Amino acid sequence: MTDTATGTAPSRTTATRAMPSALKLGLSRGMVETKMFFREKDAVVFTFAFPIILLMLFGSIFAGPLEGSGVTVSQLYTAGLIGAGVMGAGFQSLGIGIAGDRDDGTLKRLAGTPMPRSAYFIGKIINVLVIAFLEVVILLAIGVLMYDLDLPGQVSSWVTFAWVFVLGVTAAALLGTAVSSLPRSAKSAAAVISMPFVVLQFISGVFIPFTQMPEWLINIASVFPLKWMCQGFRAVFLGDGGAMLELTKSYELDRVALVLGAWVIGGLVLCLTTFRWKGRRDG
Amino acid sequence: MTNAIQVRGLTKRYGDVQAVKGIDLDIRRGEVFAFLGPNGAGKSTTVEILEGYRKRDAGEVSVLGVDPGRPTREWRSRIGIVLQTANDAAELSVRETVRHFAGYYPNPRDPDEAIAAVGLTESANKRVRQLSGGQRRRVDVALGVLGNPELIFLDEPTTGFDPEARRQFWELIEGLAHTGSTIVLTTHYLDEAEALANRVAVIAGGQIVAEGEPATLGGRATAKAHVIWDEGSVETDTPTKTVLELSRRYDGEVPGLAVTRPTLEDIYLKLIEAPRD
Ligand SMILES: Nc1ncnc2c1ncn2[C@@H]1O[C@H](COP(=O)(O)OP(=O)(O)OP(=O)(O)O)[C@@H](O)[C@H]1O
Ligand SMILES: [Mg+2]
Repeated sequence: MTDTATGTAPSRTTATRAMPSALKLGLSRGMVETKMFFREKDAVVFTFAFPIILLMLFGSIFAGPLEGSGVTVSQLYTAGLIGAGVMGAGFQSLGIGIAGDRDDGTLKRLAGTPMPRSAYFIGKIINVLVIAFLEVVILLAIGVLMYDLDLPGQVSSWVTFAWVFVLGVTAAALLGTAVSSLPRSAKSAAAVISMPFVVLQFISGVFIPFTQMPEWLINIASVFPLKWMCQGFRAVFLGDGGAMLELTKSYELDRVALVLGAWVIGGLVLCLTTFRWKGRRDG
Repeated sequence: MTNAIQVRGLTKRYGDVQAVKGIDLDIRRGEVFAFLGPNGAGKSTTVEILEGYRKRDAGEVSVLGVDPGRPTREWRSRIGIVLQTANDAAELSVRETVRHFAGYYPNPRDPDEAIAAVGLTESANKRVRQLSGGQRRRVDVALGVLGNPELIFLDEPTTGFDPEARRQFWELIEGLAHTGSTIVLTTHYLDEAEALANRVAVIAGGQIVAEGEPATLGGRATAKAHVIWDEGSVETDTPTKTVLELSRRYDGEVPGLAVTRPTLEDIYLKLIEAPRD
């Protein structure tokens, strides 16, 4: 009982010291978020295993080459599931994560400290980038080792990869942040957020080629970012030979950039206008 | 010196429930102030308005000279908060959590010293998830005092504490009060209010029904004493005289003699009965 504050009066300096910067605290939150994520084994498995299992499954079932393109079905799935994996990290796991933070009091506790609110979002973005990057590395490794996927040799392909990845992750993360305000509690979050994501994957050409889909479904999918993200990744990993498999016989990279960019801006506006720091029971 | 907290005509309603019905309050700097009151009385609502969490419907509120409806980072760095409920950051260890939160403040306490002050040194490397309820609560308290706040709000801080932890918490609060911090706490433990608070306010039905020093609250100091012995009992203003008479009557020892004054709990229970009718 000697180690209480009684003896050691903490000094309260009258001169106010500088507030820690938002960037520094954002990095610190990024580390803490990432640490917490990897310690929660269920969430790690949920996030990573899903696209990996699907890739192995689909890649093994539909193994043949696609006519006249020099591309195999499993390669097509690798590219598509990279898109889905990035979206999963940004949209699904972030959306569920923030809903959990709102429910368990994380957001409320943080809002009561002098932490700048932007630091929380910087931390989440770092966390999502780490998860999405690992996901891509794992899926690519499976693609290369099991399905003869060739990693592109040109710098220009990797530049394309970089901007599709960054725009895609950002758009997905902003959407995930916005959608996190929908579920009433952490319990319902997994259902409310995963359901539309699964549907979106089916209509966005991740599992089923667009050539086998009705036009109205393609039109709906074209509104959302996942279709365009997958298209961008196909451009990177399937090369010119795969372009003829696209509906328009082209990867339309300019439209990919346009739609993803629009979602980044729209998602940002949505977040700024709808984000709740409080749970529904917090008055 | 100005008051740490000044409140005039505070009201707050949730749908049909009028949770706070016009509260006036002055809490001086350096004071230890306790809110008492039954479940649903409006304690947390009031405190969370002062903390800048909830929007008030009406009234004037100043906390450290700032309207808590418009909190700034600088203001937040001068305030410590222990909320009534929290179960976040479960995957971090105690030390990781406290170190991380220390980074938010311009002038924090030493994290290990804060952990020691709540008696968690032995569990510092445990994940928060693995702590017992009372240990978890101590993490909340450590985080609340981490920024060397001028003003600390504690909403039922000792719920789930074992008697030793409670005493240790009292020492922590006395130490903080000693350094000049203003402390506002809510509690259901009347002995705690009596041990810690310079002043208490009893809230019932969203109103302050009594306010004063624990020793004099609700006329406690001037209330009649109760003299009880095996064959009877009386309420009297002059218990010494009664005991002397009894002693004479029994010719020495009075069987089963006890003299009591109303406890804070007796006074409290009487006070909160009133607004219920
Ligand atoms: N977010 C909310 N939405 C609706 N009603 C609420 C909300 N928070 C509190 N109330 C209601 O307001 C009243 C006061 O609640 P408050 O939490 O302030 O009480 P309290 O004095 O802190 O009680 P306790 O001792 O149980 O913590 C209660 O009737 C409660 O049901
Ligand atoms: Mg309460």
